[in-house]
Amino acid sequence: MTTQLGGPATRALPASDPEPANRRERGTSVAGLAVKIVLLGLLVSFAVWAAFPLAQDEHWVGLGILVAATALLLYAYLTPRHIPAKYLLPGTVFLVIFQLFPVLYTAGTAFTNFGDGHRGSKQDAVVAIQTASVTQVPGSTEYALSIATTGDPATGGLVFLITDPATKKVSAGDGSGLKQLPAGDVTVTSSGKVTAARGYTVLTVGQASARSKEITEFAVPTAGGAIRSTGLSRAYEGKAGRAYDAATDSIRDTTSGKTWKADDGIGSFVAADGEKLAQGWKVNVGFANFTRALTDDSIAGPFLGTLVWNFIFAICSTGFTFLLGMFIAVALHSSRVRFRNLYRVLLVLPYAMPSFAMLLVWRDMFNTDFGLINNLLGIHTNWFGGAMTARIAVILVQLWLGYPYMFLVCTGALQAIPGELVDATKVDGAGAWKGFRAVTLPLLMIALTPLLISSFAFNFNNFNAIWLTTEGAPFPADNLTNGATDLLITYTYRLAFGASGAQYGFAAAISIFIFLIVAVVSTISFRRTRQQEEVYS
Amino acid sequence: MTRWIKQVGWRHLVAVLGVVFALVPLLFVLSAALNPLGTLSSTELLPTGASAENFSRLLGRTGFPHWFLNSVVIAGLASAASVFLSALAAYAFSRRRFAGRRVGLLSLLLIQMFPQFLAVVAIFLMFSTITDLWPAFGFNTWWGMIFLYLGGALGVNTWLMKGFYDTIPKELDESAYVDGASHSQIFFRILLPLVSPILAVTGLLAFIGTINEFLIANVFLTEGDSKTLAVGLYGLIAGSRDTNFGMFCAGTLLTAIPTVGVFMYLQRYIVEGLSAGAVKG
Repeated sequence: MTTQLGGPATRALPASDPEPANRRERGTSVAGLAVKIVLLGLLVSFAVWAAFPLAQDEHWVGLGILVAATALLLYAYLTPRHIPAKYLLPGTVFLVIFQLFPVLYTAGTAFTNFGDGHRGSKQDAVVAIQTASVTQVPGSTEYALSIATTGDPATGGLVFLITDPATKKVSAGDGSGLKQLPAGDVTVTSSGKVTAARGYTVLTVGQASARSKEITEFAVPTAGGAIRSTGLSRAYEGKAGRAYDAATDSIRDTTSGKTWKADDGIGSFVAADGEKLAQGWKVNVGFANFTRALTDDSIAGPFLGTLVWNFIFAICSTGFTFLLGMFIAVALHSSRVRFRNLYRVLLVLPYAMPSFAMLLVWRDMFNTDFGLINNLLGIHTNWFGGAMTARIAVILVQLWLGYPYMFLVCTGALQAIPGELVDATKVDGAGAWKGFRAVTLPLLMIALTPLLISSFAFNFNNFNAIWLTTEGAPFPADNLTNGATDLLITYTYRLAFGASGAQYGFAAAISIFIFLIVAVVSTISFRRTRQQEEVYS
Repeated sequence: MTRWIKQVGWRHLVAVLGVVFALVPLLFVLSAALNPLGTLSSTELLPTGASAENFSRLLGRTGFPHWFLNSVVIAGLASAASVFLSALAAYAFSRRRFAGRRVGLLSLLLIQMFPQFLAVVAIFLMFSTITDLWPAFGFNTWWGMIFLYLGGALGVNTWLMKGFYDTIPKELDESAYVDGASHSQIFFRILLPLVSPILAVTGLLAFIGTINEFLIANVFLTEGDSKTLAVGLYGLIAGSRDTNFGMFCAGTLLTAIPTVGVFMYLQRYIVEGLSAGAVKG
């Protein structure tokens, strides 16, 4: 829809001024200049402030990017040219840093085996395997141990403070190794136990025993093995039972003699009998994650089912809310209805409520034993127990949350339709229903199709709607990762952060599938509405 | 009489049924918030008593006032800034013709379609570095959270606004240009006042979206007083659903206040803006 007044000849503004004299005259209002100087000054001082930590940590690449970005911004705003860039850059900076970069990083992750057991480098994996296999042997050195942390006593990273029985020197050990502490920084009792150390918080007995499981598994790597705890106040330096041999690139168990050879294709140490060590490293696996989603039977079947339900959910959530919202909007679209404004305010109230909280409230309203729905209807349905009822329930919740928005939008769009058009159909003898079908509805659809598409795209990935109500339940007995109401996005979230161990690489591959699906659906729909829009002009 | 029912009566019937559907869950929340026992199992649809017990417990014994402040500041600043950034970008897309314009518009739409929070691992790793280098913008800070939300500032909003800008005759800025106005004067003095309805709508949508954002905030804001309402209230019933239900509902009602406030403030623009913006996508 081009505006009637604007012909093609006058559409485009000249990108830069033809005469230099003219240019000087423009944009030189004193206030404008002052604002510009202040803003650019702020930008430069922010950049300088941000540069110090980068230089201190020797992040030269980061510093280079910072300098380049600042120079680019200064250039863009100090030259009179590139006017569109002046308007696009502020938002683009944030878009690139906080949206594009994480998305690209995630896309890169999809080609790796990144996840639990495959987080770090091969070097890290070797150290972890060796320290995990440490056992106490006769003659191991015994230390007095205090458990400390550099952060919060309940969650901060653990540090072992140990006192060498021979030299009385105190060292602090964490996952990266031992570091000797200056004698002036620590308070040591006669038995060798450290009670205070500068820079560390020593845990009380209660705090330490609350984390005893972590402490038992904690090991400080040393040259010949690792230091581990026995109880909460003693530690020993043990010998590693498994050692890495660089010549054969394998791990050998010194007692059983079994060897696990490094396989750089999958990032694990594998024995001749096929056994893999739990600790591996991060490698590129190519398209393995993608093919796994499509070909692995235990995943492909549920994946397909989830995909179908995902479409049903998105179509129903968008469609029903639109139908109900439109129906009420049409009903109220008559000057003969009194109290219209009161109705409107009340109808829009659900939209003003925080949706995350209302989703949780609805979850409780569907409670089998004391939920409101069962109480009101006098039934005893286990809503989230069956696949069908759970699906009906989540769509009903979406309907409640979504229809006020559609009602508002339709009300607005209806007011934009000229009354003469509707009157004309009456004159021609069409009934109310026919007039609505033939005139009002098509006009409404032209106005609202783009909104319906974006609503569909939003609902396709509506994580909160499922996670805060059913969490994907009910689950089939044989598959606890893929429930009946799971959307692809909640399924992916469980893969990435679920209790059964993180699989970031695989989760990232699925999110790329999701992206492709939504992109294809939206592109097709936008193409179909293209004629009515000017968006591609 | 039958004529009245046919022409007006059914409209009232539809409206009343719609209102009932809208209000039943809200009545339930109100009833739970006023319920002196404050448990889920003792809550009925109609209030069984009236006590401010849940509210005083919520305000006195939890971090609710902090959460509330955090949410209002973060959502307020983030939505205002994001509206401004997308208003700037929409101006370029609507009024200027430049190389890469179409590609830019399409890529905006595409980037938005990537399930955003699945990048949460990347965001987490990125902010671990930022927290080390610049703690003022790291985890558990207002600024870090706001900047993160501004990553999505360009996108749907820009499209919505561009559609609205397109409906404003270009002759307006052209005549101002002939009179010697610079592009910034045209933007700030002429266009911005004319597009205020769509600014109001996108502002409201961004505000509601940010207040309700749960997942990224849950990863990002972990320490006591830094939480937002979504994270804090979720924590209230995460452990003990039944017992804290009254407090949770009291919190829900209080959370609605800023949204209703913004809604009331922007009301006169909303219907107009929603429909006009929608016409052009």
